[in-house]
Amino acid sequence: MRAVHFCSSCGKVQPPVPVDYFTFFGFPRKLNLDTAALEKEFYVLSRRLHPDVFAQANTEERTWSVEQSSMLNDAYRTLKDPIKRTEYLLRLEGVELEEQSKQATEKARSTGELKKQVVPPDLLEEVFELNMHLEELSAQKKLGEDDPAMLEEIGKAKLSLEEKYDALLNELKTEWNHWDKSIDSGTETDRPKILDKMLDVLNRRNYVRNLVRDVNEAME
Amino acid sequence: MSTDHIVGIDLGTTNSLVAYMQGDSPVVIPGEDGLNLVPSVVALDENNQVIVGNAARKYLIETPERAVYSVKRLMGRGLEDIQDELKLFPFQLASDLHEGEVLRIKIGDRTYTPPEISALVLRQLKRNAERFFGAPVTQAVITVPAYFNDAQRQATKDAGRIAGLNVLRLVNEPTAASLAYGLDKKQNGTIVVYDLGGGTFDISILKLHDGIFEVISTNGDTHLGGDDIDNLLIAIALDDIRGDLGMDLRRDMRHSGEAVARIRKAVIEAKIALSSQPSAKLDVDLPGGKKYQREISLAMFEQMIQPIIDRTVVPCKQALKDAGLKPEQIDEVVLVGGSTRIPKVRRLVQDLFGRRPHTDLNPDEVVALGAAVQANILGGASEITKEMLLLDVTPLSLGIEVAGGVTDKIILRNSTIPASATQYYTTQVDGQTNVAIHVLQGERELARDCRSLARFDLKGVPPMVAGMPRIEVKFLIDANGILRVSAREQRSGQEAEIDVQPSYGLTDEQVENMLLESFDYAEEDFRQRQVIEARREADTILTALAKGKKNQAWQELTNDERRNVEKLEKALVAVKDGDDYHAIRAAIDSLNQATMRLAELMMDTAVSTALKGKAMDEADTDLGEGPQAGHPVAKADFE
Repeated sequence: MRAVHFCSSCGKVQPPVPVDYFTFFGFPRKLNLDTAALEKEFYVLSRRLHPDVFAQANTEERTWSVEQSSMLNDAYRTLKDPIKRTEYLLRLEGVELEEQSKQATEKARSTGELKKQVVPPDLLEEVFELNMHLEELSAQKKLGEDDPAMLEEIGKAKLSLEEKYDALLNELKTEWNHWDKSIDSGTETDRPKILDKMLDVLNRRNYVRNLVRDVNEAME
Repeated sequence: MSTDHIVGIDLGTTNSLVAYMQGDSPVVIPGEDGLNLVPSVVALDENNQVIVGNAARKYLIETPERAVYSVKRLMGRGLEDIQDELKLFPFQLASDLHEGEVLRIKIGDRTYTPPEISALVLRQLKRNAERFFGAPVTQAVITVPAYFNDAQRQATKDAGRIAGLNVLRLVNEPTAASLAYGLDKKQNGTIVVYDLGGGTFDISILKLHDGIFEVISTNGDTHLGGDDIDNLLIAIALDDIRGDLGMDLRRDMRHSGEAVARIRKAVIEAKIALSSQPSAKLDVDLPGGKKYQREISLAMFEQMIQPIIDRTVVPCKQALKDAGLKPEQIDEVVLVGGSTRIPKVRRLVQDLFGRRPHTDLNPDEVVALGAAVQANILGGASEITKEMLLLDVTPLSLGIEVAGGVTDKIILRNSTIPASATQYYTTQVDGQTNVAIHVLQGERELARDCRSLARFDLKGVPPMVAGMPRIEVKFLIDANGILRVSAREQRSGQEAEIDVQPSYGLTDEQVENMLLESFDYAEEDFRQRQVIEARREADTILTALAKGKKNQAWQELTNDERRNVEKLEKALVAVKDGDDYHAIRAAIDSLNQATMRLAELMMDTAVSTALKGKAMDEADTDLGEGPQAGHPVAKADFE
């Protein structure tokens, strides 16, 4: 059952009740999500909640419509994206991923220190080598030199990182299946472990993404 | 609720239009001069009467210091934002202007803020619509460039209010265009709207889905358009004149205002001609009896404007990237804005998206027509637009300044609106009761590189130990793309008071004081204006009749006909100075009816005279002054 957006007898828009995004759409709190069904539901609800539909209504209904449709849009934006959806679920389950990293970032900014990021162990060797190459590249750039062999090395490393980035999404999806199964079966004991695993995959994925971005910037 | 007269308005940099939904299709409402386009030009005549539109254009040449154009470029901007504009446009700023203050522009010896000048244009459109409907118009949908920021949108909304209009919705121009375009093509697919107007450029990518127009991404440049091409051509002309004739018109802009205005007019005409001809001639009279003459070939023109139109490429690519689409995934490309008439622009669009763009809708009118469709949707009473719904996005990310002068983005660009974000704040010292928040808009990393929207002071936070209060601040971008903020202290449940200081906007109080026509008097004003207009129409018809009586056609009428006309003439004279609009209107209509045959006879006479070899222009004059002729004078302004 999706949340109550309309009055059951008159069909009019109601003030929004604080519900999570899954409930807003009437979906179970599962991560494998039928995005086609989500889109369809988004359009159906948009037609009923959007402020355009209430342009001639009273102030109260207009206000509710703006609030309801902003929630609808926020919910849709979050759920349709696999990464945002996962992050949202983690937060719902009490895992404060973003705030921690934000705090770390702000602390690093105010103290002027470099933010220390933990290198995922399986990437240690690769990252070490890549960083050396990138440093050489910037040194060469300053001298106006050009080393095609090294550029090729960096290019290869980048390709390998991009493959890893895609593989991590698949790894995440495996955890989705575990999570959804625990919802279906109602067994809660496994859940903290699954959440931890998802957080770990997301962190590694962010790390790889930042690395790819650094490489792109260095090669420009 | 009456929804008859919600109009759609395209408030453009160069031209403005008003349209409405006539049955199943949107139509533009012409002005009294019969023209659809109302140039966005405002002038003061020698009696300080406000003149707007076509009638104001001659002041641009004759008394450039008493006229202003392209004021849309200044909407929602501060003194420090417009230094580039000032080099290229003859805007005269008020002399006592300070940084951080709303701009004021000098026209003659008066000063106006940009929203007030826009309001004068809007009022003209409102009157055109009222004249057309014969009833007051108080509700409108107004279009804005998709890439307008919060301050620019707010300024546009203020302009509407000042003009006595309740602005039901601000709609993005390219999105509006897609509504007009999609109205009769009930199809699904992905379309691109490329909108290059007089002063702004927008690109929007939309998904059409069973009547839902969902914007996927948008990008643009609010200071790029036909104006830039004009300014480039003017700069080249001024260089030529200095080089060839030894006249430096730049050095003394004040005294060469008229010459520069003439050059501007000439280059615009040449630019337009070059959309259909291989070359165009410039021929401008300069002070001291000198002349500036030059021929521009199409090849030269295209080479000159290349850098300007190339500036549209990056926003197009960014919009595609944000939408996650490749050019081959686009089904249709629609062109909007007068500058898309330039063949070179069309080729650029074709190359970018790999398909020939649609040009079947008039690029000057399509935005206003779309605004009329949106007005009809908001009216809610019509079958044709019942299934239509526009889902637009915010063009720019919304952020908050955090420690170190960094922007923390809380609503990302291209989020469907309405959109919201909630942030939590606390205090840093014991007993602190105020918390300051700096709201920013833009994509840049550092706060100082983003647009400052407003500074909010959360007041009335209950005094507690530092870090204890938990203040929930909700940022909401409404369907107009305008930010609203609300705040609540969660531990005490107390609503925190928010003190907003818009960075470059008018306060509510200022807007109230600027209202051109107070809502309370709108009805009364309208009636008075109707009476004055009817009187003038009566004078016109009476003058024409006096002339007609001297025509030989008068003698060809029967005695009865002549007697009837004279009786009705007397009747009109009797009522025309009274205040009864309906009586004057009825008398005009009866007299019009009675003089129909006279007019026909006069026309026959004119035609046969023409056939006899009399000059055609004289015959034209005869025709033009018959009782059927339209209003001979441009509409004046009543202050």
